[in-house]
Amino acid sequence: MTPNLVYVIVIGVLFGAGVSLLLERTLTRVLIGVILLGNGVNVLILMGGMPGTPPIVGETAQDRMSDSLPQAMILTAIVITLGITAFLLALAYRSWQLLGHDEVQDDAEDRRIMDLAERDEGPHAKEHDSDDPPTPVDDVAPGRAGR
Amino acid sequence: MSHLVPLPVIIPLLGAALTLMMARAPRAQRAVSVIALTATLVVAAALLAVTFVEGPQVVAVGGWAPPLGIVLVADKLAALMLVVSAAVTLCVLVYSIGQGLADGSDETPLSIYHPTYLVLTAGVTNAFLSGDLFNLYVGFEVLLVASYVLLTLGSTENRIRAGTTYVVVSLLSSVIFLSALGLVYASTGTLNMAQLAGRFDELPDNLRLILQGMLLLAFGIKAAVFPLSAWLPDSYPTAPAPVTAVFAGLLTKVGVYAIIRTETLLFPDGRITDVLMVIALLTMVVGILGAVAQSDIKRLLSFTLISHIGYMVFGVALTSVSGLSGAIFYIAHHITIQTALFLAAGLVERRGGTTSLERLGGLARVAPLLSVLFFVPALNLAGIPPFSGFLGKLGLLQAGVDDAGPLAWVVVAGGVLTSLLTLYAIGRVWNLAFWRAPHPDVPRDEAEAEAEPEQSTPMLPKLMVAPTCALVAFSVALTFVAGPLFEFTSEAAEDLLTRTPYIEAVFPDGAP
Repeated sequence: MTPNLVYVIVIGVLFGAGVSLLLERTLTRVLIGVILLGNGVNVLILMGGMPGTPPIVGETAQDRMSDSLPQAMILTAIVITLGITAFLLALAYRSWQLLGHDEVQDDAEDRRIMDLAERDEGPHAKEHDSDDPPTPVDDVAPGRAGR
Repeated sequence: MSHLVPLPVIIPLLGAALTLMMARAPRAQRAVSVIALTATLVVAAALLAVTFVEGPQVVAVGGWAPPLGIVLVADKLAALMLVVSAAVTLCVLVYSIGQGLADGSDETPLSIYHPTYLVLTAGVTNAFLSGDLFNLYVGFEVLLVASYVLLTLGSTENRIRAGTTYVVVSLLSSVIFLSALGLVYASTGTLNMAQLAGRFDELPDNLRLILQGMLLLAFGIKAAVFPLSAWLPDSYPTAPAPVTAVFAGLLTKVGVYAIIRTETLLFPDGRITDVLMVIALLTMVVGILGAVAQSDIKRLLSFTLISHIGYMVFGVALTSVSGLSGAIFYIAHHITIQTALFLAAGLVERRGGTTSLERLGGLARVAPLLSVLFFVPALNLAGIPPFSGFLGKLGLLQAGVDDAGPLAWVVVAGGVLTSLLTLYAIGRVWNLAFWRAPHPDVPRDEAEAEAEPEQSTPMLPKLMVAPTCALVAFSVALTFVAGPLFEFTSEAAEDLLTRTPYIEAVFPDGAP
């Protein structure tokens, strides 16, 4: 079976948009990225099956039946994405409740080590309190703090 | 005896449903979870015996014969993984019950803990048993979603921060896995692993390489091999101690298991073994260098976890019976050890009030039992001779020497170096947290506790110490049964490499 060009373009656009949203700092945008990626994958799976008429024995000749397995897989994938979307939304909401924003933050320890490196000190050069609360992201430009 | 096969998935799921209904009766919840996991352990042990005697056991779910339906397959590798994981989850469950009781959190919001924990177990066992790639994906998702909930329990600021990274990275790996599945189905028309084994041989080489790469990428993120491992030390240490312990012990190993399964069954030509060798080397060395630089026990252990995944990947990359056998042995050993160490770290946190090496001190004098509980698995991890860690590493390194390729020699050298550095990192923990005199600016309550050492013992609840002891004893027992266990893993590895026992068990009349 030759792939349908429309499908291919749709998949490409969905994946591209999804990936660029995943690279954002805001969890809500990441979430939208995940949804787009999920839909892109669903179309990709759909493209893998044989197109045709409904696969009902007695109504459709066997060689014209569509492949129903990819559709079953997509259903499963949709349910999983739905659950995860709800979870991510809850996570973003909780983050907003606690911090007033929903940005994906740097790891506290990474931040500590980066600070040490900036001051050119080793991890044991000075006694350091590792239980520092994570510094809010606000004081660092979001773009710069990434890896 | 194949009716045993679905039970390790069904029992925890059933337990999860029951505990969910008993949300208001914590005592009943605890009883149900312990019974469910004990039953799982018994079934897993029976399965191990059955697969050893009769070979792989297969169940067609819903009575749909393969390749139409989904199959669950328990071969020697899967059965061994089931036994070890069931034992570990049971110990951690008892530990967490002990912790919950000690904290008096009888009716706190954690009524969701037991159902989620059981669902996690079901996801892990489903992934081990699955004979179908899509079902493997579902198993992964089940365990991942449960792990999202467990990691963000209580949703404090720290856990939300760590959980976000973990969830997003896991989602990415799931997306990659799912698109790989779409492509596999489009190119072969099946997702049944036994059938795929034959169909993949007919595909063009470059297409097969792409599919292999995508699957490896997805599993590599889950297994935390080097360039894909940065998420792990960020997210694991913030969770409650028992959750970290079970994650560290099991979740990465499920990824390794998936790598072993797909590499041996679907891609047996070993075209990318060199790449795997390099990855193994980098995982070992970079991971352990990270561990050396840490000043927090939990983070340090997370880095050693990454580092030692490298040994398993090395065994897979060797694609010889001795290599795979060593890798399987090492997985069984490492699940036990890493969980025991994290449980001990949880006890340290409880006893010393922190896991920061800069603040801890003098634990060896204050809490001798705890010191032993940390010391034994720690030496085991570093590979000190009488223990199973030494035997597992020895097996892997011997397999590497037998391989005799220049790259294998380099990885063998890297493995020895990693082992030494593990000893150094672990030695630092021992010196700072246990051996030296208590730190001058310890928190007040700790100082008080140390003033009356006799009264300090009750600080560690028995129900938390007992499972840790049990796991440590189990890990030491691995040393005593190492001979038979190595024989068993060798047979498992042979089965994996010849592929026929697995395929014939699923399709007795030949693959369609």
